[in-house]
Amino acid sequence: MSFAAHLINGISLGSVYALIALGYTMVYGIAKMLNFAHGDVIMIGGYVVFVTVSGMGMNPLASIIISMAVCTILGVTIERVAYRPLRGASPLAVLITAIGVSYLLQNIALLVFGSDTKAFTNVVTLPNLELFDGQLVIKSVTIVTVIVNIIIMVGLTLFVRKTKIGRAMTAVSEDQGAAQLMGINVNGTIAVTFAIGSSLAAIAGVLLCSAYPALTPYTGSMPGIKAFVAAVFGGIGSIPGAFIGGILLGVIENLSKAYISSQLSDAIVFSILIIVLLVKPTGLLGRKIQEKV
Amino acid sequence: MKKKMLSLVLAGAMMATVLTGCGSTGADAGSTAEGTTVDATEDTGADNAETDAAGTESADATDAAQTASAGGTFKIGGIGPLTGGAAVYGIAAMNGSQIAVDEINAAGGICGMTVELNFQDDELDAEKSVNAYNTLKDWGMQVLDGCVTSGCSIAVSAKSAEDQIFQLTPSGSAVECVSNDNSFRVCFSDPNQGSASAQYIGENGLASKIAVIYDSSDVYSSGIYEKFAQEAANQSFEIVTAGAFTADNKTDFSVQLQQAKDAGADLVFLPIYYNEAALILKQASDMGFDVQFFGCDGLDGILGVENFDASLAEDVMLLTPFAADATDDLTVKFVTTYNEKFGETPNQFAADGYDAVYTIKAAAEQAGITADMSNEEICTALSAAMTQIKVDGLTGAGITWDASGEPTKAPKAVIIKNGVYTAM
Repeated sequence: MSFAAHLINGISLGSVYALIALGYTMVYGIAKMLNFAHGDVIMIGGYVVFVTVSGMGMNPLASIIISMAVCTILGVTIERVAYRPLRGASPLAVLITAIGVSYLLQNIALLVFGSDTKAFTNVVTLPNLELFDGQLVIKSVTIVTVIVNIIIMVGLTLFVRKTKIGRAMTAVSEDQGAAQLMGINVNGTIAVTFAIGSSLAAIAGVLLCSAYPALTPYTGSMPGIKAFVAAVFGGIGSIPGAFIGGILLGVIENLSKAYISSQLSDAIVFSILIIVLLVKPTGLLGRKIQEKV
Repeated sequence: MKKKMLSLVLAGAMMATVLTGCGSTGADAGSTAEGTTVDATEDTGADNAETDAAGTESADATDAAQTASAGGTFKIGGIGPLTGGAAVYGIAAMNGSQIAVDEINAAGGICGMTVELNFQDDELDAEKSVNAYNTLKDWGMQVLDGCVTSGCSIAVSAKSAEDQIFQLTPSGSAVECVSNDNSFRVCFSDPNQGSASAQYIGENGLASKIAVIYDSSDVYSSGIYEKFAQEAANQSFEIVTAGAFTADNKTDFSVQLQQAKDAGADLVFLPIYYNEAALILKQASDMGFDVQFFGCDGLDGILGVENFDASLAEDVMLLTPFAADATDDLTVKFVTTYNEKFGETPNQFAADGYDAVYTIKAAAEQAGITADMSNEEICTALSAAMTQIKVDGLTGAGITWDASGEPTKAPKAVIIKNGVYTAM
């Protein structure tokens, strides 16, 4: 019974990682850059919902839509101001810029909202699922997170495969130069990618804070890093890979906490990551890209 | 107007005499009586004020010399987290210290010197704490009231020992905070909190099976846990599980709580800070784990978390030296002033800050500190005086210190009832 409980808690944690990892993988898959500020966009999304729901008493659904809008604008702005001018620069410069943006967002939040922890109101008001006379509790937010994950996963896959702009994204991800020659607006396509990635971040922020209701300017940073690991684990650039990587990471983390050592869980998680990368460098579901000579 | 001029001139003329006077009286007191208390000193201050009110020319002048900046300034530096995750502690300690400084200045200062407090932010970062210390040193700090947190205190105490600046931490509770001869503290040390908690739980028969959730990456938390586990061996309860977490892994506590639940714990001991504790309370309630929680001073502040559902914290007990609803005169007065000035009820860090300033005052008067003494002289004199004073503060009556820097006072516990701390 306690194994089942640990497993469910692991899925609960993993589903949040998966949701964040989807955003990472989306941006990486198309723009080929690691947006380290993703975790902090999540934090901003959380604050927007906190302010509108707890501060102004707004309906949670309306506030989530506002939060998605704010994050979309934020994501597109970051892309326009910080990343687009570096399009031709070395990947290292873009990476460092992303880290800079991450710190910028954290410190802005620190300035605006202050450092003290805000208790987030759970927007998922459904009752928890209790099995075996309450021996086993599945939190409603976990169920919602898993369902949202699946919807986003299917939606993104369909979007990328079936729509015109989705196919443009695939083209840009394969060869930016060639895509441009074919008449695709590369900058516009990447901006749309950031818009989608950031609105996903808003949803992730709401569900992250609903599951773990402590909101601080640093809320997004550690889950962001774990989700990045999950995305690499599952195969960065792969949409189902992000989901599977996230869930696996959460389950491994919780089971190693429970049965090996609660202090070594991170060490175990990252050791597994190293082993996976040694054996299968592209991650679990990553495609091997043939380099043409 | 003329009278004011006259008293200023007189004040200027008498400054040196007054200062030496104060110095020698203090020294006399130090050599004669071990048991000189703050109360006694404060009484003298009050007497002075009465004499002034009677209004003879000379008394007026003396008073002016004591209150005006003409008597010199005594610069107290403070360091604590004013921003960042632990800002609640730093701001409270700063506000508490400020109230004490204002009171002391209104009553004539320390040995006639006006007290100046300069409180710097360290963001709970040891490196920034040392930077703040250097800033204060450039400002001319004579005594350090800080740091508020353990890690920073330890980092800064290495510097203050080197520079020979007297350091009194209001709330740095790790053992190493007072390892140098020049460093003392107002609060309990971690080990003392750990063993006091174990004794309190054991003596009051609060539980028979205890689970502990602690932060193994934090010196405060693991320090308390170690002593708690040691003392538990002498008590009637047993520790059934001890779940650790680390700074990088402090949002999900489901495993630790599940283990506690499976082990049949009837009390969960939380020697951690309130941010994580708030999450633990929420997650325990989500999984239907109804259990008694018991914490230390790090839990103080949990009710101040914005939008926190206070019903989650109902019946949580914590060991703290200060309860804001206590009815003794000193507490009532402090809480009222704090509320007027800062619009909230003070927590124990505010009380620690307040006591720290009064302790510095008591030690300074015992040692007979004068404005012309160097930092080294002040440090030596205050360190010696600390073991001779007895302070009746907010965080305990008759607090005494030994040369190791540890205070001796009785622990108190509070329980959260209907969203407020209630003395037990």
